[in-house]
Amino acid sequence: MTAAFEMRGIRKTFGATVALDGVDLSVAAGEICGLVGQNGAGKSTLMAILAGALEPDGGSMAIDGRPYAPRSPIEARRAGVAMIYQELSLAPDLSVMENIVLGAEPMRFGLVDRHRMRELASAALAQLGHQDIPPEAKAGTLSVAAQQLVEVARALAIGCRVLVLDEPTSSLGRADVQQLFALLERLKSQGHAIVYISHFIEEVKAVTDRFVVLRDGRNAGGGATRDASNDAIVALMVGAAQGDLFPRSPRRRGDAILDVHALEPGSASFTLHRGEILGIAGLVGSGRTRLLRTIFGLEPIRSGRVRLGVVTAKGESESRRADPRARWREGMGLLSEDRKAEGLALGLSVADNLTLTRLDPFGPPPLVFPARQQAASRTWIAKMDIRCAGPTQPAGELSGGNQQKIALARLLHHDVDVLVLDEPTRGIDVGSKAQIYRLIDALVADPDAGSAPLSTRKPKAVLMVSNYLPELLGLCDRIAVMRRGRLEAPQPADGLTEHDLVMRATGAA
Amino acid sequence: MTARSLLDRTGTLIGLILVAAIFGALVGRQFFAPANVELMARQTAIVCMAALGMTVVIALGGIDLSVGSMIALTTVVIAAALRDGASPIVASAAGIGAAAICGLLNGVLITQLRVVPFIVTLGTMLVVRGAAKGIAEERRIEAPITWLNGLLRTQSGSLLLPGGIWAVIVAALLVGAVLRYTRFGRHLFAIGSNERMARLCGVAISRTKIVVYTLSAILTGLAGLLQFSKIAVGDPTVAIGLELDVIAAVIIGGGSLLGGRGSVAGTIMGAAIMAIIQVGCTQKGLASWVQQILTGTIIVVAVALDRVRSTRI
Repeated sequence: MTAAFEMRGIRKTFGATVALDGVDLSVAAGEICGLVGQNGAGKSTLMAILAGALEPDGGSMAIDGRPYAPRSPIEARRAGVAMIYQELSLAPDLSVMENIVLGAEPMRFGLVDRHRMRELASAALAQLGHQDIPPEAKAGTLSVAAQQLVEVARALAIGCRVLVLDEPTSSLGRADVQQLFALLERLKSQGHAIVYISHFIEEVKAVTDRFVVLRDGRNAGGGATRDASNDAIVALMVGAAQGDLFPRSPRRRGDAILDVHALEPGSASFTLHRGEILGIAGLVGSGRTRLLRTIFGLEPIRSGRVRLGVVTAKGESESRRADPRARWREGMGLLSEDRKAEGLALGLSVADNLTLTRLDPFGPPPLVFPARQQAASRTWIAKMDIRCAGPTQPAGELSGGNQQKIALARLLHHDVDVLVLDEPTRGIDVGSKAQIYRLIDALVADPDAGSAPLSTRKPKAVLMVSNYLPELLGLCDRIAVMRRGRLEAPQPADGLTEHDLVMRATGAA
Repeated sequence: MTARSLLDRTGTLIGLILVAAIFGALVGRQFFAPANVELMARQTAIVCMAALGMTVVIALGGIDLSVGSMIALTTVVIAAALRDGASPIVASAAGIGAAAICGLLNGVLITQLRVVPFIVTLGTMLVVRGAAKGIAEERRIEAPITWLNGLLRTQSGSLLLPGGIWAVIVAALLVGAVLRYTRFGRHLFAIGSNERMARLCGVAISRTKIVVYTLSAILTGLAGLLQFSKIAVGDPTVAIGLELDVIAAVIIGGGSLLGGRGSVAGTIMGAAIMAIIQVGCTQKGLASWVQQILTGTIIVVAVALDRVRSTRI
């Protein structure tokens, strides 16, 4: 079979981070190729390059043997490459047929030819075997599965022959997934080249002919899908064991301090103790962030409970009210996964960002003396080795690693007992990562064991989510896996391997 | 003080000096005579007072288009109270109180209906203007002459400056201190800079917003008092479009409609730039259309320069 498209030696760097380091991918006409890899392996970057959304730093691409170098997604579409993203990109207030011909409306005497438009749309829907979708209906009134079909129809209507589906099943029910798989078989028999991206190994097994594994921006392997076991695919995704980068001071499990019981959303039940790090593993979109936000009161609790404070028969503080203000008061702080949009105010100074949750030491209320605020910030800047011009520098001028340290220092300045950390090392340099690992370890260290924790008081408790499994295995005492919105019971991290976690998170186990 | 905030203020200051120098050269030395400077101060006092409130609203990431209407309502309420025999103090309090209620309404609508401030205050701009006309029965309300009418009059006594100017100065110092030295000030900048972060950090967002809109309306009420002092009647059609001058002063002074930025010093300089253009054009005998073109140009240039500045850093 001839390759419908071919990517050779694709390289892409973002600043100091190498996202893709010489990746090859080719897919034949009439073939479905699964693209797998852990979060951050480079799948999305590679597909963004194929779809013209990013320009590669090196390498070459070809479609049907002709060189292909799109400078924009529109050029890519004209060349026959269409992306179907996780988030649907239909205009909800336009009709199905208007969506299908959007940007390529048939014209007659300078006006849109609605008759021809209906014909084109009906033809595209018929090609998919879905004449049941009414071309006149508003796109927003259709089910998610039907909207996805309309997106595929749009790609076909403008003559796309290479289709990339990025996690297409993430918002579909079981029956819709089967329907989608049937559609893919149909498109395959019509001679389209299809790239299928999924975290779910069983889907890749079910629908693809061939698979390609990416790991850390490189080709890690691949082959015919029917010859590969789940184990073999996961082994390629995980790779060789990493060296021990993670410090581990002596820890002693103290009082229970956070009790989560039958919490919905998340189906979560666990107890967190002082002197303990509990990790949550799982795929992007499995509901980990939502669980943390629900615990912290940023999203409503549907049922179940969250109890904070020393959990004993008497004197416990039960929090029915979900409210971040109450959480800070009760001694819990959250580090957001989205540093720029939620973690920090980039226009405000380092000092304002760092001290916002606890301003009362800086003057008799309601006064806040900037000099005192800055003095306190200087202490944290020194303690956490934050590289900045001073406490009055706007946070937005700092590097990602230093910004993250400010966001983390906020929890330390507030002196919370429970630190809820969502992706504490996302997008930061290696040096800052190591410092943050040491810091997190020091927070839960046993003060009687002679180590030097940052706070001389009781050890803290940490609840953390991370995509980077070696980080979870290296830091955590216990790890719980989240899959499709449900949290499993935590297990001691000692006996676990990356392989186990990937198997469970992807449903391969 | 950070490099940027220094630039913010020096940028506006340089603009102020340039504008002053140009009109000084055009009009002559007498342009800077104390009497002329005082004239400019009296011209700008109303806009300046309202702009102090707008500075706080814009720093919060909001906007208030109902300012002109609130000023009209204040003059009407004061005049009606005086006509009905209230003392000047009581009448002023009633006028400012009426404005405060409008601000409270703005704040409550914005936070409880979750409608963007632009739309809410566009609505209340009409509602409040209508209310002012209703109270005044669509006429001017004549009020007896009291000491309120002298607030913006040149003083011959020991005060040096008219009482109204002193009021602006005191209000500016207070608002500046609140922005810089209180928890409330830190919270409102946090909301204006990144509301999601403020929520994560447990800032009481609705309460802060309601207080900000009410505080701003009280300052607008004070501006309404100065307006009454100037025209000596309750006029429901006064100050139409004044909100745009007020917003312009804040923007020229380095405030950002995206929120998180704005300072009292900048706003005062912004208002001063506009006053110099106004008075300068009049004294040079330039028509009012020249003045409008100049002011409009300066607004766009100020914001464009600001963009260049903030992207370079």
